[in-house]
Amino acid sequence: MRESSTSLAALRRTIAALDRSRPEGDAARFATGHPGLDAAMGGGLARGRLHELFAEPEEAGAGAGMSLLLGWRAAGEGQAPLFWLRSQGSARMGGAPYGPGLAALGIAPDRLLIGTLADSAALLQAALDALRCPALGAVVIETRGPQPLIDLTASRRLALAAEASGVTALMLRIGDAPAPSAAETRWRVAAAPSAPLPGDAPGHSAFDLRLLRRRAGPDGMGWRMEWQAHRGAFGEWNGGRDDLGREGGAQPTTLSGAVVSVPAARPAAGRAA
Amino acid sequence: MRLACLDADALAIGLTPGMTLADARAREPALRAFDADDHADQDWLERLCDGCARYTPLASLDPPDGLMLDISGCAHLWGGEAALADDISGRLERAGMRARLAFARTAEAAHALARYPAPAPDEATAIRRLPVEALRLDPESAVALRRAGLRTVGDLAARPAAALAARFGEEAVDALHRLLGKAARPMAPRRPLAAIRLDRRFAEPVGSTAYALAVLEGLAEEAGERLAERGQGGRRFEALFFRSDGLAFPLRVETSLPVREAATLMRLFRERIDSLSDPIDPGFGFDMVRLSVPMTEPLAPSQLALEGGETRPEEDVAPLVDRLSTRVGRRRIQRIVPRDSHIPEQAQLALPAVECRAPAPWEAAPTPDDPPMRPLHLFDPPQPIEVVAEVPDGPPHRFRWRRALHEVTRFEGPERIAPQWWKAPDGALEGHDRTRDYYRVEDARGRRFWIFRHGLYGTEAAHPGWYMHGLFA
Repeated sequence: MRESSTSLAALRRTIAALDRSRPEGDAARFATGHPGLDAAMGGGLARGRLHELFAEPEEAGAGAGMSLLLGWRAAGEGQAPLFWLRSQGSARMGGAPYGPGLAALGIAPDRLLIGTLADSAALLQAALDALRCPALGAVVIETRGPQPLIDLTASRRLALAAEASGVTALMLRIGDAPAPSAAETRWRVAAAPSAPLPGDAPGHSAFDLRLLRRRAGPDGMGWRMEWQAHRGAFGEWNGGRDDLGREGGAQPTTLSGAVVSVPAARPAAGRAA
Repeated sequence: MRLACLDADALAIGLTPGMTLADARAREPALRAFDADDHADQDWLERLCDGCARYTPLASLDPPDGLMLDISGCAHLWGGEAALADDISGRLERAGMRARLAFARTAEAAHALARYPAPAPDEATAIRRLPVEALRLDPESAVALRRAGLRTVGDLAARPAAALAARFGEEAVDALHRLLGKAARPMAPRRPLAAIRLDRRFAEPVGSTAYALAVLEGLAEEAGERLAERGQGGRRFEALFFRSDGLAFPLRVETSLPVREAATLMRLFRERIDSLSDPIDPGFGFDMVRLSVPMTEPLAPSQLALEGGETRPEEDVAPLVDRLSTRVGRRRIQRIVPRDSHIPEQAQLALPAVECRAPAPWEAAPTPDDPPMRPLHLFDPPQPIEVVAEVPDGPPHRFRWRRALHEVTRFEGPERIAPQWWKAPDGALEGHDRTRDYYRVEDARGRRFWIFRHGLYGTEAAHPGWYMHGLFA
């Protein structure tokens, strides 16, 4: 019995030496800022890992926003650039990245590199090259439509590259069904009704995030969160700020919005951004 | 259908350019005709011009059918002008081309002598015996000169220039002076003169691309040493593989930071070769490889770390940007820079990342407490949508975009963006330059859009259209 236990221990050591994916203990994590999510995930999402985000084609804006904001959190305060890789199809259907809008979210557009690749093979190759470059803060890989090329092998390759360099990979898959992959976590993103501003104007960007799968730990939870650009972090969605107590989906009682006074500074300020 | 160009056999049986195809077929039923393709001709001429870079760095196109080489100080390398001419015509013949060569002191004279051969004891006499058409005036002037009894350039040169200018314009005198060598026009070489140019000639044509690349690597090392001596690094590199049949195969790479390491350079060249749609075709073999560095920038030597002599780990994304730009094309890897415009789609510019190394900083959002006023994605051009509004100049109530109906639950606006009226000639705006009323809207499921009404109701448009311009996160 003792013999077998020693040989088991030896085997475990050998396997641990072979398995490069779990170097020692838990990898560093980056906090999203949302207390519920960070607590459930043990301090945030793992850095230097592959995370998958799924979104419906109608939710492309929310999906891209969520992936970029997570990438921005992963890249941190330094000067490390964020690399946004997209396929030609995404660029055609989803519109071009817009600098003033990125700046308004708190993402510095001068730290952003944008790559538009002709097909998914080129996209995967470019993503692999990007993930091998430790100078990057995070890589967002955006695809649209079913991607038969992104299978277990391809995602494993990306995950290994991310682990080796410590660059976080966020794979945004729009209009695709989840398939087996080597991702650390898998999420579904959708836009959520925002907490309205006075005058019933749309408020801060809000998201519904559902954890579909997680390699180690429970999954199936969902959070509704809000991006607070002034904090540069996600926060608790506070729908209760709406005095009328109206949930998204309900019709506004009146449509006298044309006379709503818009703070004079804002549109002009937005223009200058 | 008319004949554009004929080969020597066709000219020999009396066909002429400009003849109709039907007439030519009637005269010679076995005539083989092909569609004229100006672009292919131009492309071929450019390839021949690249191939002629072996003779002189100053090779330029002389469209539609000529090449102009400035061989000042180059002819002796080939054993004199006659030997140089033999080499050129020999190579072109192997590529199936027939060429007429002429040497002259000025480019215009060489151009004219190649097209109007005038046997003469010396160059000056030959130029004077050229027909007046050699001046490249418009056909009417040439006919008028002939009617006036002035048949050759010599006849014209004997006349006072003032009378000529009064009758045929200043350009006739200019053309005459250039032809006679009294005025010169600079040549525009097809390739700019490179700061560093290294050639390696082979005694025998080399059929193996791998060997040619190995030679290129040697040249890259040599170029690196030369750059280091100058304290410079290259931003652009161009390799030219000269084939023995007179064509040349160019390979260009670009870097976002100045480099001089041969290994980096070779990695980029290999990347470029891998991305080619057709592999490099050595044909009958390469007989020369050239590496030139057209663009250099200062690059100070870097200090090695003291202990162990190890260099710093690479802390820059420039090598990644270079590799990807080389492989997938420089337009595909971009950075966005701000532009000072209030027209939303003109407020940014996407530039190739390899060009814009230090991007301009963006102003931070002035009121960070507010939600974003500008979308994350912008559609350019905006996409038309169908909108239902309670009143024509009111806010949207519901809209249909990409066949899906969206109920507007929250909105903010209008934010009015006026067209650039100060750019319009005499204050009148074009039909598509109208005031836009932008609304930030949120639909029942929480998706946020940026839509606008194009034109003021009643004054600018009877039925203003609505457009989707962007998506918020």
